[in-house]
Amino acid sequence: MTTNQWIQLIVCLGVLVALAIPLGLYIAKVFNGTSFWGEKWLGWLERFFYRLGGINPQEEMDWKTYALAMVLFSFIGGILLYLQMRLQAFLPLNPDHQLAVPRAVSFNTMVSFVTNTNFQFYSGETTLSYLSQMALTVQNFISPAVGIAILMALIRGFVRKESKHLGNFWVDVIRSLVYILLPLSVIFSGILIWQGCPQTFRGSQKVQLVSPLIYNQPVTVQGRNTTQPMTIIHQSIALGPVASQEAIKMLGTNGGGYFNTNSAHPFENPTPLTDLLELLAILIIPVALCFTFGSLVNDMRQGWTVFAAMFILLVPMIYCCIHFEQVGNPLLNRIVTGSTKQNPEGNMVGKEVRFGVTDSSLWASFTTASSNGSVNAMLDSFTPMGGLVPMWLMMLGEVSFGGIGSGLYGMIVFIILTVFIAGLMVGRTPEYLGKKIQAFEMKMTSIVILIPPLLVLMTTAISVICGGQGVLNPGAHGFSEILYAFTSMTNNNGSAFAGLSGTTLYNLMGGIAMWMGRFGIAIPVLAMAGSLVQKKNIPESTGTLPTHTPLFVFILVAIVIIVGALAFIPALALGPIVEQLKMIAMTMH
Amino acid sequence: MMKQFRIQLKISIILAVISIIVFGLIYPGIMTLVGQLIFPYQANGSIIRLHGKKIGSALIGQSFTQPDYFWSRPSATTPFPYNASNSSGSNLGPINPDLIRHVQLRVEVLKKANPNQKGPIPMDLVTSSASGLDPDISPAAAQYQAARIAHVRHLSISAVQQLIQKYTQGRWLGIFGEPRVNVLELNLALNQLSNTKNFKK
Repeated sequence: MTTNQWIQLIVCLGVLVALAIPLGLYIAKVFNGTSFWGEKWLGWLERFFYRLGGINPQEEMDWKTYALAMVLFSFIGGILLYLQMRLQAFLPLNPDHQLAVPRAVSFNTMVSFVTNTNFQFYSGETTLSYLSQMALTVQNFISPAVGIAILMALIRGFVRKESKHLGNFWVDVIRSLVYILLPLSVIFSGILIWQGCPQTFRGSQKVQLVSPLIYNQPVTVQGRNTTQPMTIIHQSIALGPVASQEAIKMLGTNGGGYFNTNSAHPFENPTPLTDLLELLAILIIPVALCFTFGSLVNDMRQGWTVFAAMFILLVPMIYCCIHFEQVGNPLLNRIVTGSTKQNPEGNMVGKEVRFGVTDSSLWASFTTASSNGSVNAMLDSFTPMGGLVPMWLMMLGEVSFGGIGSGLYGMIVFIILTVFIAGLMVGRTPEYLGKKIQAFEMKMTSIVILIPPLLVLMTTAISVICGGQGVLNPGAHGFSEILYAFTSMTNNNGSAFAGLSGTTLYNLMGGIAMWMGRFGIAIPVLAMAGSLVQKKNIPESTGTLPTHTPLFVFILVAIVIIVGALAFIPALALGPIVEQLKMIAMTMH
Repeated sequence: MMKQFRIQLKISIILAVISIIVFGLIYPGIMTLVGQLIFPYQANGSIIRLHGKKIGSALIGQSFTQPDYFWSRPSATTPFPYNASNSSGSNLGPINPDLIRHVQLRVEVLKKANPNQKGPIPMDLVTSSASGLDPDISPAAAQYQAARIAHVRHLSISAVQQLIQKYTQGRWLGIFGEPRVNVLELNLALNQLSNTKNFKK
């Protein structure tokens, strides 16, 4: 790595943590049950939601009601979204006259946005009306708010003693929306507009090209395919309410782009400044929640432990990604500079000049470490090892910061596994934050940890058995495209090796994988919270394993890596690893 | 449980509808209002006008392949390059034979168009971008073409190089992003330079 690359990495991570700590403490204030200064400003909006919804904010829910409300809310939101996409041709705000979205794609997209995945088997500017895009924005707000709510229920499971209640789902969702997501999005979209993201309801703009373009248009003459030169003198520039969607897309670990090429599109991410801010926006809330957690369990050291473990999982991966992209593709280096060794720009295939290799690699790591899934470079064209990094970060189960709420509750499940394993070693009943970890918690933990690898490997296997349709690249890379897609969907990430096209099979199976990957984990987590909340608090004794030491961080990181590696190394060996070996072999002759 | 189901279902439906109004309509609506009032140029796509005619967006690249203009990067949009209503990368994998072939072909074309250039070819000039609409090329890629432009336009090399320098944007705060030259702005400035020179004659 060059000096500039180190500086970019260190400054970016430094600013991120410096902003996340105060935000985390602020979020703790939103949820600690007492009134705080924000209510003076936005309390009216909160009360407006309660009044219209007929919600009594004082009412408490047990885990079953809490889970029921969560599933119903996501389900209803999904149905409305599905109808919107199917009926968009008859609804207003469709200046470019988009037709109804096909059934399978609508289903996949609906699940995708409801589960905070935002995988996209469609191209935004050629498929969706402005109203459909705005309907997606709604789920961009709701799905992270639901994630925060689940996390809060789990935290209450640890904090409360001998109770049945985990809080009120509606209060948690509405407070996340009103005090966290909405204000941040308003500020952020303002900055984005200033930097050049469009925000308009007018249709595409037609401009006259400075230099007319001649291209060979494929035509069929008397049944024979041939080409015919055609002169293009206009460019039709797609626009829309981009900035408002972009802001919450980045802040809410959503990642579903307004345009086909996501944050690589100059209208979504026009300058290096917006790139930096969007990078920070990807991780800021997931990082902040570590400190919220520490504050709410009244022991900041626990928050720092979780943060440290997540940080250690992420940083070496960033280094790897930047390194391999900077070395570049030896086969292309040879053509361009005559030497297979690195060229100054690195691997520029599918990257934008304003971001270069560094910002693109940083983004690829951030977006898959969190469950954001936006991209500012085409991951499909990364070098094999550079592309392995984002795949690996997702395979860890989206716990190195992960999605909003989901990353932290996923990590807490790994912590429970860790204290259990450590407890077995010393022959003592494991406990965490004063709560005994018993058979029921371990059952739920096993479910949560086994579901993602099971889904990823099965869906990938089925796709390959069915002929591996829709892949763009031959050989091992084609397999990587499929493996990546189902890893991304199951773990609710949403990024893609975008060469893969969405067949009906992928759309349907992916939709199911996303739904299971979200609720197959959220419901056991809530059940666990429901069990924990009933337990007594046991005071710390000399036999208690302290969960805030560097030793504990080390064991935790090791267990996350071992679980991920055991499940996925064989699959990775068939994809990026064999491709890397092949690339080296091709370089030799 | 049935009673709970009915209560929660009712709240879900009401809240889903209010959310659509608040986050789907009011929020983008207000941001559009703010954008149109405070930053109308950016909010409408940073459209550049020349003599009142719209000739492009400062943020969206255009295809330049004539010898008298600085060339943009290759673009993988369909059906023709730099189609700004269908952004797309090539998505070709690193050892895909198509990728190798494309790059080889572009190198040949580039060498033929710039016969006096013996140095290494800037990678960004022979690889397609992520969006297919990349408005920029690297300063090295602009310098690579300077001699050709000067020759075709009967300008001095130093004048062309000065122009490149003038339109090179550095890293933000000297740290973030990469140095770059906006091809459309550079070519418009180039036209202006040629015009003033012809006028003086």
